[in-house]
This record gives sequence, structure tokens and C-alpha cells, in this order.
Amino acid sequence: MRLGRVFDDRTRRVVTSEVYRRSRDVRGGVFRVLLQIALLVALLVLAILLVDTVTDGWSILDGRLRDFLAGGLRSQSGDPELGVFQGIRGSLWIAVFVIVLAFPLGIGAAIYLEEYAPKSRLTSFIDLNIRNLAGVPSVVYGLLGLAIFVRGLEDLTGGQSVTAAGITLAVLVLPIVIITSSEAIRAVPQSLREAGYGAGATKWEVIRTQVLPYAAPGILTGTLLSLSRAIGEAAPLILVGAVTGFLGGQSGLVDISQLQERFTALPIVITEWVQESGRDRGFAPAAAAAIVVMLVVVLLLNSAAILLRNHFEKKR
Amino acid sequence: MATMTDAAEVAMNGDGAVPLASEAPPGVAAAAEGEAFPPDVVFRVEVLNCYYGSHRAVRDVTMDISEREITAIIGPSGCGKTTVLRCFNRMNDLIEGARATGTLLFRGVDLYDPRVDPVEVRRRVGMVFQKPNPFPKSVFDNVAYGPRIAGSVPKSELPDVVEASLRRAALFDEVKDRLKDSAIGLSGGQQQRLCIARAIATSPDVLLMDEPCSALDPISTAHIEELMHNLKEEYTIVIVTHNMQQAARISDRTAFFTADVDAESNSRYGVLVEFDDTEKIFSNPSDERTENYVTGRFG
Repeated sequence: MRLGRVFDDRTRRVVTSEVYRRSRDVRGGVFRVLLQIALLVALLVLAILLVDTVTDGWSILDGRLRDFLAGGLRSQSGDPELGVFQGIRGSLWIAVFVIVLAFPLGIGAAIYLEEYAPKSRLTSFIDLNIRNLAGVPSVVYGLLGLAIFVRGLEDLTGGQSVTAAGITLAVLVLPIVIITSSEAIRAVPQSLREAGYGAGATKWEVIRTQVLPYAAPGILTGTLLSLSRAIGEAAPLILVGAVTGFLGGQSGLVDISQLQERFTALPIVITEWVQESGRDRGFAPAAAAAIVVMLVVVLLLNSAAILLRNHFEKKR
Repeated sequence: MATMTDAAEVAMNGDGAVPLASEAPPGVAAAAEGEAFPPDVVFRVEVLNCYYGSHRAVRDVTMDISEREITAIIGPSGCGKTTVLRCFNRMNDLIEGARATGTLLFRGVDLYDPRVDPVEVRRRVGMVFQKPNPFPKSVFDNVAYGPRIAGSVPKSELPDVVEASLRRAALFDEVKDRLKDSAIGLSGGQQQRLCIARAIATSPDVLLMDEPCSALDPISTAHIEELMHNLKEEYTIVIVTHNMQQAARISDRTAFFTADVDAESNSRYGVLVEFDDTEKIFSNPSDERTENYVTGRFG
């Protein structure tokens, strides 16, 4: 017994000396710190940007927010009617075009590519090209919009109108919608499809009752992110002819008649005022305030996306 | 008798001369020309070959599956067991490049006739998969799925059908208080029984089971085996299993498949070695390869 105990103690000492070693995962620790720094830098930049913008625009946001939201593009920063209403209106109409055109077309194309198209060289070629299209600079889409939607289809769009801009941006985000929707559909487990077919469902029934509900949160996230992208784009709008100087007329938010008229949008307003601030210092706070307004609009859209996604996730 | 499908009724009427619909369905005529199609044969497989692309994965399988029996398909990995099973409900159609040649008669009807709708086949030939794959919906909606899409049951009778199916799958007592809860919350064994309930809710003629217990613990496995024993009274069951004891315990007839290597292309393909009463396969097989396999000397 005694001997055994001595042996046990010795064994325990040896094992202890082996397993009690402090973690030697130095590289892992360094890596972890680097990752934290990366996150911190990203957050810091965002925070500085936000604080800086809000401080710059505070005189307007605090002083005359109501007038600012209702006002329009003016040539003088001192004009009491200076504001972003026309910008908000243009951006929201663009969002409507993207939702109505890019979402159904993009999601439809994704469903076809993933569920119906035979896996051939042609489909992988198409797939590759859609991915390339998503990487094409937005200015190029602006040129396309100018050539086709402003000039080619002038009868339909009214030329340099919010219709032409909306269609252009819908085309711009279309590849992104297709790619994100494809990824979401591809992530649906094959076993789920087989379960549907095994229970005697047709292809359409499997897609409608299994694939789409399962992929819905992913599709939604991707599409609404692309909507944010569309709302933030300025370059293509300049080419399509967004108004940068004075824009008259104060038609309402949902007045259809304006669809064929000249327009502007929030990113254009911001770019314009930042440029003007060199000539007229008063435009600087206006630009900052406009940025805050745009951030809020995008944030609201994203919150809507998250709410919708949670709703679908609960359902699946 | 109430659960019997049209196809079964035709077969029960005798010689398969009574058409499924007003006009003579495919295959029946062909079977009637020669001899009457035996009413107790559910599937007749003749020289079935399965291809994936240009690769002939299964060669020259010929066998009859009898009514209200459990037919087990055993054999080493890669011998084509699952491929053959998935021919019985045209599930291989979902795999790009997969096709089959030869004859596969279901109640005298050629399943691979171009006029056959695979969806209708799958409503008559249900399937349970290797991994439990309930829909991410409620327990009730899982079982009601088949009848709903088939439109075969009036909405008011759905609860009865769901309850009957769950009872037959020996699951009702365990889930009766949470029919509205998600099926994902059930245990693995319960999920698999739910999948069985889902498969029998459409009142199929046949149940195909692809290693239904391989992801389950022994207690759940015993549950499912007992269940299969009871289901045999109403359904014809074809089961693929890796577990030879399971095949010996539950099946009436056993088919032993093995994988051969093609000398020319150096590719593997499956062949049916022996198909007989389970007792004979496990006690006195006529082929040496079968004996080696069931005694554990090979595979």
C-alpha cells in the first residue's frame, strides 16, 4: 500500500510538471491582440467620422432641422430655404426603383441559376461574368445609364430624370443581388430538398415551400445591403444628370409627375455642398448635416432589413 | 384497404389488365402481353444498369421485391445499394448525369417510361433518408406536408391524418403536446420517426429506407426496427443497411451487393451477388462472397 502511494505521488509529480505548464501559445496570443487592434481601428475611424460630422453639422441639426429637412438646393448657404428635401425625395425614389426592378429580377435570376439552369460551361461562364459585373466601377454604369436610359429611352424616362437614375442604379446593384441571393440559395441543405421531393413535391413546391423560406433571411440581408449601396452612390448619378445647382419646384414626396423631371439625390447634395464650401463657408455645416441625414436614412433601411430577417428566421 | 393506392388496387384486381386511368397506362400493356403480372410483386427489376455520367455504377441487377415484406439490401461501401434504392422512386433523377437502363416495373408499370411523372411515383413510394431531415417547421406541418401538396386530404381531416401517421410511427404520445413546436427540437430518434410519419402520411404503397438507423443510438434503433416490423403489415419496405445484424433481425429477404473492379477502366461498380430469404443468406448462402461478407471475413 505504502509503496503504491509513493509511486502514485511520483507519477502525479511528473504528470503535474507536464500538464501544469503555462500556455506557450505566444503566436496565438499575438494574433489575438492584432485582431483586436484591427477591430479597434475600424471602430475608431467610424467613431471619429461620426463625431466629426455631427459636430460640424450641429448648428443646422440643432438649429433648423425642420426647415433643413423641408428645404431644397439653393445657390447661397444663407438661403433660409436651403435643405435636403429634394435629395431625400430623389434617394427614396431611387430606392423604390431598386426595390421594384433589381430585387425581383435579381432574386429571380438567382433562383433560375441555382435551381433550374443545367450545370454547364455556359452557366459557369454566366456566373463568372455576373461576378465580374459586380466589380465594375459605378462610373461605368453611369455611362451606360447616360447612353441607354437618358438618351436611348428618353421617351420613356424623360431624359435626365429620376426614372433614368433609378433604373441605372437598379442595374448597378443587380449583379450584387444575384450573387448574394445565389449564395443564400446554395446554402440550403440538399437534404431539405430531398425531403421535399421524397414527400412527393414538385420542383416548384420544393422551391416555394423549402428553398425560399430557408434562404429568405440570407437573400434579404444581401438585397438590402445592396439597397444601401445604391442610395450611397454619387458617381453614376452625376453622369445621368443629377442636378447640382439650384433646383426649383417643391412637389411632394410621392408625386408621380416628378418621375420624368430633373432630380437630385442625397449623395449628390453632399458632394455639391462640400465643393461649394470652398467658395461659401456656410455650405460646410450643411454638407455635414446632409451626411447625418443620409446615414439615418440608410440606418433606418438596414434596421428594417434586420427586423424582416429576424421575422423570417423565426419562421424557418 | 383504405390506405391502398390506385396502383395497388389495380394489382390486387388480378392481372394488371385493369388500367390506372381511362387509357391504358405505360408498361401495363407490355406486362399483359406476356403473362399476368404477379399481384404480390411490387417491384420487378430486370437487368437494371445505373450510370453516373458515362460511369456504369451498377450492373445488371435483376430482382423481385415482394409485397408486405421487408427486403434488406446489404453490402460494402460503394456497391451501389443506395443507387439502386433511389431508382425505386426516381430519386436519382435529382442527380445531374444520373440515368438508368433496363426495366424497373412498379406494379407492372415501367417506372422509367417517359410518360411517368416522378412526382406521382414518389407519392406512392415514400422515402426515409440516412440522416433525419425534418423540415424546419412544426411537427404538425412536417407530417401534413405530403397530404397538403398532394391535395389528397380535405383540410378538416388533416389533423386526423397527422395523428394517425404519428401513431403509426409510434411517435404520437411523445409529441402530442408539442405538435406546434419546431421539429428541429426533437431528438435524433424522434426526428427519424417523424420522417417515417411524414413518409406514410401520403399513404404510400412502399417505403424506401436508406440506412435509417445509421445516425441513431441503439435504443432509437430498436424503436425504429420494432416500428418497421409493425409497418410491414401494411407496407412493402425496402431498406438499405450497413448493419448486418439489423438485416438479419428485421428482413424477410436479403440482397447482397458487392463492388467489382472493371479491369479496363479500373473503376468500381456494384453488382447483385445473391438475393434470397434472409435466413438462407445468413445461414447457408450459395455464393462464397456472400458467406465471406456475412461471416465478417470481408468488407
